Amino acid sequence: MMQNFVTLIRAAVFFGTVIMFGCVGETVTEKAGNLNLGVPGIMYLGGIASLSSVFIYEGSTENPNKAVCVLLALVSAFVASSLGGLIYAFLTITLRANQNVTGLTLTIFGSGVANFFGGSLNTLAGRFEQIAVPVTSAAFRTTLPFSDSLGIVGELFFSYGFMVYLAIVFAVMTHLFMNHTRRGLNLRTVGENPAAADAAGINVNLNKYLAICLGAGICGFGGVYYVMDYIKGTWANDGSIETLGWLAVALVIFTTWKSKHAIWGAYLFGILYWLYLYIPGLTRSSQEIFKMLPYVVTVVVLIVTSLRNSRDKQPPAALGLPYFREER
Amino acid sequence: MADAAIEFKNVTKRFGSVVANDHVSMTVNKGEILSLLGENGSGKTSLMNMLSGIYFPDEGEIFINGKPVTIRDPKDAYALKIGMVHQHFKLVDVFTAAENLIVGIDPGKKLNRKEIADEIKEICDKYGFVVEPGKKVYDMSVSEKQTLEIVKMLYRGADILILDEPTAVLTPQESEHLFSVIKNMKKDGKTVIIITHKLHEVLSVSDRVAILRKGRYIETIKTSEADEEKLTELMVGRHMELNIERPEVKNKELRLSVKNLNCVNSEGQQVLFDINFDLYGGEILGIAGISGNGQKELLEAIAGLQKTLAGASVIYYDPEADKKDEDGKSAGMEMIGLSPRMIREKGIHLSFVPEDRLGMGLVGSMGMTENMMIRDYSTASKSLLFTDKKKPRELAEEIKESLGVVTPDISTPVSRLSGGNVQKVLVGREIAAAPAVLMTAYAVRGLDINTSYTIYDLLNEQKKKGVAIIYVGEDLDVILALCDRILVLCDGHVNGILKGTEARKEEVGLLMTALKDKRREETAE
Repeated sequence: MMQNFVTLIRAAVFFGTVIMFGCVGETVTEKAGNLNLGVPGIMYLGGIASLSSVFIYEGSTENPNKAVCVLLALVSAFVASSLGGLIYAFLTITLRANQNVTGLTLTIFGSGVANFFGGSLNTLAGRFEQIAVPVTSAAFRTTLPFSDSLGIVGELFFSYGFMVYLAIVFAVMTHLFMNHTRRGLNLRTVGENPAAADAAGINVNLNKYLAICLGAGICGFGGVYYVMDYIKGTWANDGSIETLGWLAVALVIFTTWKSKHAIWGAYLFGILYWLYLYIPGLTRSSQEIFKMLPYVVTVVVLIVTSLRNSRDKQPPAALGLPYFREER
Repeated sequence: MADAAIEFKNVTKRFGSVVANDHVSMTVNKGEILSLLGENGSGKTSLMNMLSGIYFPDEGEIFINGKPVTIRDPKDAYALKIGMVHQHFKLVDVFTAAENLIVGIDPGKKLNRKEIADEIKEICDKYGFVVEPGKKVYDMSVSEKQTLEIVKMLYRGADILILDEPTAVLTPQESEHLFSVIKNMKKDGKTVIIITHKLHEVLSVSDRVAILRKGRYIETIKTSEADEEKLTELMVGRHMELNIERPEVKNKELRLSVKNLNCVNSEGQQVLFDINFDLYGGEILGIAGISGNGQKELLEAIAGLQKTLAGASVIYYDPEADKKDEDGKSAGMEMIGLSPRMIREKGIHLSFVPEDRLGMGLVGSMGMTENMMIRDYSTASKSLLFTDKKKPRELAEEIKESLGVVTPDISTPVSRLSGGNVQKVLVGREIAAAPAVLMTAYAVRGLDINTSYTIYDLLNEQKKKGVAIIYVGEDLDVILALCDRILVLCDGHVNGILKGTEARKEEVGLLMTALKDKRREETAE
C-alpha cells in the first residue's frame, strides 16, 4: 500500500514536471495576451533539438563531459523552442494572423519536424537499435547524493533529477516577476489592455515578442525533461509529448493563469493521470474514464470560476486579440 | 500677452480622404483652463490626440513652451509633461488603483506598493481627490475611474492636462466636484484643456473657449464675453441653404406611437428618459443631437434590440390592416418585448439601417448576394435543406444597377467596398423589403456629396410612397432641409420637437447642447 502510494507520487512528479514547464511557459505567453496553442509542437522542438545535439556530441567524443552534455541539451532546446515561438510571434503580432490557427499549425509543424528527425536518429543509431544518449540521460537523472539514506522522505522528495526542482524555481520566479516587479506589471498590462499599455508608453509589440519567445523557451524545457529523464534519453514516435502538451495548456486554465498554482496543479494532474494503475479491478475501457480526469477537473474549474464570476480568475482580458493602434 | 503653453501652426491630419483637422493654428496659454468646443466630427479629439502621441500630424508644427516638438508616441508626450484622459479610460480592470498608476514608469525600479500609496495620498490631498490605492478598478464607479485617470496623469508629472468629454459619464454632482478639482489644478499652475460640447460647463469652468467646426479652427473667445447663443452660433455655423427636396405628402397616417420609453445601458446608467413621440407615414422625422445622447438606444429599442424599462410602449399601426376604426386607424400592435425576428414574423414592416454598417448591418466577408439573404433566408426558400440564391442574386444585381454600387462583382465581399457603396448596399436591401417604417442612423456618414444626395433622394422616394422614416443625422443643415419634423435629443430627453420648415439652426443647436432648465433640475434630484 505504502509502496504503491510512493510509486504513484513519483510517477506524478515525473509527469507533472513536463507539464509544469509547459504551463509556466504558456502562462508567460498568455499574460502578454497571446494564446499559443503550439505548446505541444514547441515541446517537440525542444525535445528533438536537445536529443540530436547531444547525440552528435556524444558520438563525436571519447569521454563526453556531463556538464557540457547538460548545457548543450538545455541551450539547444531553448534556442529551438524560442525560434518556434519567434515564428508564432512574427505571424500573430507583425502579420496579425489568427492566433489559434497559427498555434495549431505550429503544433503540427513541431511534431512533424521532431518525428522526422527522431526517426532519422533512430535509423542512424542502427537498424534494430533505439537511439540512446546514455551519458546525458544519466546526468539528467542524477539525484541528490543523500536521497537514498532518507527512506520514504528521500524517495518522495529528493529522488529526482535537477529539472524537477528547476521547474518549481521557474514557477516561483514567474509568479514573483508577474506580481512583484514593474516589468511584470507592464507585461500583464499588455495582455489585459494593450491600448492602456500603449498610452502608458509601454512598447506593446516588444513585450509580446519577448514574452512569447521566453515562454516558448520554457515550454521547450518540458520537452528536454521528457526526452532525457521521462523516457531516459531515447526517442518515441508515439505522440505522447503531444498529450502532455495539451495537458499543459489545460493546466494554465486550471491554475487560473497563476503560475504558483502550477506547482501543485501539475502534480495533481500527474496523480489523476496515473490513478487508473492503482485502482483495482479496472478493465481496459474503464481505465480510459480515469484518464479523462485531468480534463474533467479543468472543465470543472472553468465552470466554477465562471459561475462565481470572480474577476481575478479570468484569462487576460485581451487574450487572443490582435492589437493595432486605433486609426479611423 | 501670457506665455503660450501650446501652439499649433497649420496642423493638418487626414484619415484617408477625410480631413479631420484642416490647417489648425491656435494657442493655449500657460495656466489657463481652455474649453475646446465643437460638434461631433469637428476634430477636437483628433487634434488633442496629436498632443498625446496617438496620432501624428500630416502637416504643420506643434510648439510646447515655445519650442518646436515632435510627438511620435505617448512616451514623448509624457516627457513633455502632457497627459490626456481619454474618453474611453485606459485602465486595467484587474489591477488596483496603485498598480494602474505606475504602469509603464521606471520599469527597473522596485515595486513598493506602500510607497506608491503614500505618493497617491499626497497628490489627492493637494487637489482634493479621493483614491483608494488598493481598490481594484472593476470595483470602481465611472467617476472613481476618471479620478484615477486624472491622478495618473498628475503622478506622471503632467503640467498640461487634456480631458476628453470628462462629464459625459458623470452625474451633475460629480461634474461639480470635477470642476472644483480642475480649478485647484489651475491654481497650482497647470494648464487644462477640456474637450466638450456642453455649453453650460464651458461657461462655468473655463477661462477661454476655442471653437472648431468641421475640422477647421474658428476662433478663441474669452468666456466672460461669451453666452450660450453666441457659442452655439460659432459652433454650428451660419445656416447653409442646401438643395434638398422636401416633398409634401398629404393624408398622413399614424404609423408608430412611442410612449414612456426608458432605457438603461449596460453600465446601469439611464440613457433614455420618458421618450414620447408619434411617427406618421409619409414624413421624415429627423433626430438631432450630439452623438451618444440616446439616439442609438432609441432606434435599437424600437427595433427590439435594446431592453426597455417597464411601462414603455411602442405601438405599430399596420397600413394594410383590414380593420380600421372610425378614425381610419388600424388596430395597433405592441412592439415592446418582441425580438427582431418576432417583429418580422408578426408582419411588421420595419427596416433599420444601423450606424455600424459592417458590424450590425452587413456581414463584411460575404458578397452582396449573401447579404441580401440575411433578412429572410429562413422563410424565402421552400426547400427544407437548401437556400434559394436566385432571387437574392437578382435583387443584388438590381441594387447594383439602380444605386450604382461600384463593385467588381456581386460576390465580392462587401468589406472590400468603399464606405459609400457599403451604405448603398445596406440601404438598398432595407428599402427592397418594402418597409412601412424605415429607421436610418447616420445614413450619409463618411459619404461624398453625390452619394449623400442619392441617399436623400431614396429617402424622399420612400416618403412619397407613404413610408414613415426616422432619420438620425449629425449635419444640422441636412436635417433642416430634409426633415418634416425634428426631434432633438439631449442627455436622453426629448428636448423639443420642431417643424422642419420653421426651425432655425441656432434653436436646434441650443436644444442639442442645453437641456431645458426644468428637466436638468429633475435629473439632478
